[in-house]
Amino acid sequence: MSGVSTSTHRASRAGRRPLAIAGPPAILPPVSEPILDIRGLSKTYKGGLTALEHIDLTIRRGEIFALLGPNGAGKTTLIGAVCGLVRPSGGTIHAFGQDLSTRWRSLRRRIGLVPQELALDMFDTVSRTVNYSRGMFGCPPDPQRIESVLRSLSLWDKRDAKLRELSGGMKRRVLIAKALSHDPDLLFLDEPSAGVDVELRRDMWQQIGELRARGTTIILTTHYIEEAEEMADRVGVINKGRILLVDETRAIMGQLGRTEARFTLETPLAALPAALQSFPLALEDGGGLLVYRGGDGSGKGKREVADLTRALVAADIDFIALETAQSSLEEIFVGLVKNREKAA
Amino acid sequence: MINWRGAYAIFWHELMRAFRTAFGSIIAPVLTTSLYFIVFGAAIGGRINEIDGIPYGAFIVPGLLMLTLLSESTSNASFGIYMPRFTGAIYELLSAPVGVPETLIGFVGAAAAKSLILAAIILATATLFVDYTIVHPVLAIGYILMVSAAFSLFGFILGIWADGFERLQIVPLLILTPLTFLGGTFYSIDMLGQPWRAIALANPIVYLVNGLRWTFSGTSDVNIWLSFGMTLGFLAVCVGIITFIFRTGWRLRD
Ligand SMILES: Nc1ncnc2c1ncn2[C@@H]1O[C@H](COP(=O)(O)OP(=O)(O)OP(=O)(O)O)[C@@H](O)[C@H]1O
Ligand SMILES: [Mg+2]
Repeated sequence: MSGVSTSTHRASRAGRRPLAIAGPPAILPPVSEPILDIRGLSKTYKGGLTALEHIDLTIRRGEIFALLGPNGAGKTTLIGAVCGLVRPSGGTIHAFGQDLSTRWRSLRRRIGLVPQELALDMFDTVSRTVNYSRGMFGCPPDPQRIESVLRSLSLWDKRDAKLRELSGGMKRRVLIAKALSHDPDLLFLDEPSAGVDVELRRDMWQQIGELRARGTTIILTTHYIEEAEEMADRVGVINKGRILLVDETRAIMGQLGRTEARFTLETPLAALPAALQSFPLALEDGGGLLVYRGGDGSGKGKREVADLTRALVAADIDFIALETAQSSLEEIFVGLVKNREKAA
Repeated sequence: MINWRGAYAIFWHELMRAFRTAFGSIIAPVLTTSLYFIVFGAAIGGRINEIDGIPYGAFIVPGLLMLTLLSESTSNASFGIYMPRFTGAIYELLSAPVGVPETLIGFVGAAAAKSLILAAIILATATLFVDYTIVHPVLAIGYILMVSAAFSLFGFILGIWADGFERLQIVPLLILTPLTFLGGTFYSIDMLGQPWRAIALANPIVYLVNGLRWTFSGTSDVNIWLSFGMTLGFLAVCVGIITFIFRTGWRLRD
């Protein structure tokens, strides 16, 4: 339906170069022209709840971007604002270098959306609903393309089945098929793996990877940290309508992806032996606890802990217990949220 | 640039959806019309004199047609847009390159098209029971088209306004059906004495029924231009409301 615009959309946009790159406070600047450029996006719902507060976000062409945040953070609202389901209260959204509030008809053809909810006409059949989506987005019928989409999602055998006869995971894949039916350049996946079993989730990750290899830019939301860690080039952390952090997944892991190993020694040490000087170690608990803190999220930490274990054995230092912990994206995320809450 | 393919996709999908439940959408109106003809045309009509020089059976054809057009157009269009709102499937429409014209062509067009097909079926059914003529066939088709479009628009608005199945039913049941029955479907309002005649003239459906009746028989209880004017006015008001709905995203976008 119509691209509803707010007056603030156009006003605050005046004077900006269409492709100007002035990204969020990311450590690495965007390397290519943004496919999506969100500036000062706000949304206050009718009841007075502010779901988005001045969001600035730049998505690069061809990347997989994971939006990570707890329930009610504003992820779906953010996606809805871009896809036309939510009317922004303020701010601008540019897609493919053009203002989405005015050029929505041509721009939306290139955007696909897989919603969070299983919102489907349950009496329709798989192939009918997928063909309908393609037509609605202005594409000519293409049975071969639809067949390949359905096959890639293992839905071909179910093409004549009514949606109500499908399992939850299959319905979710129908939603994905609908979104892919018009070959979008920019794809939003709102919790694609909710309700999908582990095996299928792997399949789905692989398919998302394939889409990306074909040049589709993907923005997904997830609660599964490992999903973001596994797939995303960059991760944005959102909470209470604010973006807390946007960075390369690897950089986040490098910054904060630490390994901690705690060796309980049989006999306390007075000082670190020379043989262990090359490791980032500390003696705690009166010399009874040897603590390793290191790594960069690339697996280096785990390797070093293995090396350290061998070195301890070689140096004839006995230990009676060993605990290791990885600071996962989850911990980073939880830490970030806590910090912000303290600051607020 | 209008997304013609999108409009066509919605139109076709909606039309097929409506006809997929073949019993409800075709057999039911045919059955209802037949019952009306048997009861009013054959059983009672035999004891009623001609009205305005027209046999009673033929007299009620346009009224019955109007009855079906109003209720079918309204319910088809309202369900057509209410169901995706209810299931959430509307997300796709809202995110698609589809605006006011595409939506109207798709949803309202499909509802109106279905009404036209039903009108043809009902007129064909009527020939089994009564002899009737259509004095102004081209105007009759035009009038049927206009009424179908107007009430499909009305139904569309209803489907967007409704926030529960009760509301969806209540307007046709409590307002449309009584007004249609009292609107001269089965009688000429000239048969009424005052003050009922004056009250009847306040019923907009009277003008619709009489407009259609005029295209069939060439006679009408009310000024035929007033009938056409009222129908066009209703059409315009509906288009205005729908434009407002899309501008503001009322009940569609949060
Ligand atoms: N239509 C609406 N009307 C009013 N408030 C809403 C509406 N939709 C969402 N909200 C509120 O906006 C906030 C953000 O919701 P949103 O759905 O964007 O969160 P989310 O990050 O997608 O959460 P989840 O992970 O649970 O899907 C929540 O507090 C929610 O209650
Ligand atoms: Mg959500």
